[in-house]
Amino acid sequence: MNWIHLASIIGATLAIAIGAIAPAIGQGRAVAAAMDAIARQPDAAGTISRTLFVGLAMIETMAIYCLVIALLLLFANPFA
Amino acid sequence: MKFASPFENHVLFMLGPVPVSQAVATTWGIMAVLGIACWAATRRLALQPSRVQVALEYVVEMIATQIRETMAAEPRPYLPLIGTIFLFLLAANWSSLVPGIEPPTATLETDAALALIVLGATLWFGIHARGLKAYLESFAQPSILLVPLNIVELFTRSFSLMVRLFGNVMSGVFMIGVVLSLAGLFVPIPLMALEMLTGAVQAYIFGALAMVFIGSAISEARTHTPPSQEPFS
Repeated sequence: MNWIHLASIIGATLAIAIGAIAPAIGQGRAVAAAMDAIARQPDAAGTISRTLFVGLAMIETMAIYCLVIALLLLFANPFA
Repeated sequence: MKFASPFENHVLFMLGPVPVSQAVATTWGIMAVLGIACWAATRRLALQPSRVQVALEYVVEMIATQIRETMAAEPRPYLPLIGTIFLFLLAANWSSLVPGIEPPTATLETDAALALIVLGATLWFGIHARGLKAYLESFAQPSILLVPLNIVELFTRSFSLMVRLFGNVMSGVFMIGVVLSLAGLFVPIPLMALEMLTGAVQAYIFGALAMVFIGSAISEARTHTPPSQEPFS
């Protein structure tokens, strides 16, 4: 195990660990806002939850990018 | 412990000079199952519907309602594309429940093909609804300075569509593989249930985003006002 492997593993864990924080905060805020909106206007629950799902997928993409980067480092590393 | 790379494809057999991977074979299988099931179910349509026909009509009506609400347009021209994408993705994401089958959406190539279809459909419906000149002019909205940005956005959102589906499905398959290699027989079952939920949500999201993209390409045709802001990119 040379230092490139070591750096790849550390980089992959850091990427997924740090990259999960911000989307988690963002998704939490989005769900809280949607709950608030549904509580105020229960009639609009269908529209709100549809928009919420699409928005959550958008936010989640950031975490997925980090996951793909981590897997690229581990499995398809161009330098190792 | 070694895990197979999620970026590699397992070639099943050669069709002449063309290698056929496992994902392609699974896709063909899903296409055959869906096609034969739909053909068999729509063979005898009656005014007094049978149980199967009621279920089918419910599904079609549900997708049509979603299209009407999301795109604010008559669903008929878009129903075949969106409905097929949604049903195929649902079947593909849930195909991992069959033992020995990996979902074809867990490989990058299938998702890239689906995202390219959505990109092509966006361009086609946009040009179809507004004419070539008006559609090209919509890239210069609200300012001519935004042309490069709008063109780049067209491709980055297709790319993110691809990576989102790939990442979600592949990570589920990968996670189940890791847990299965650590602990035995019944432990991965809750994860597989979660994976079913994720698969359904991702199929819905992919279809909804295709609707939003196509809708944003055609919607400016009717209003002729500068688009206020696109909610999703």
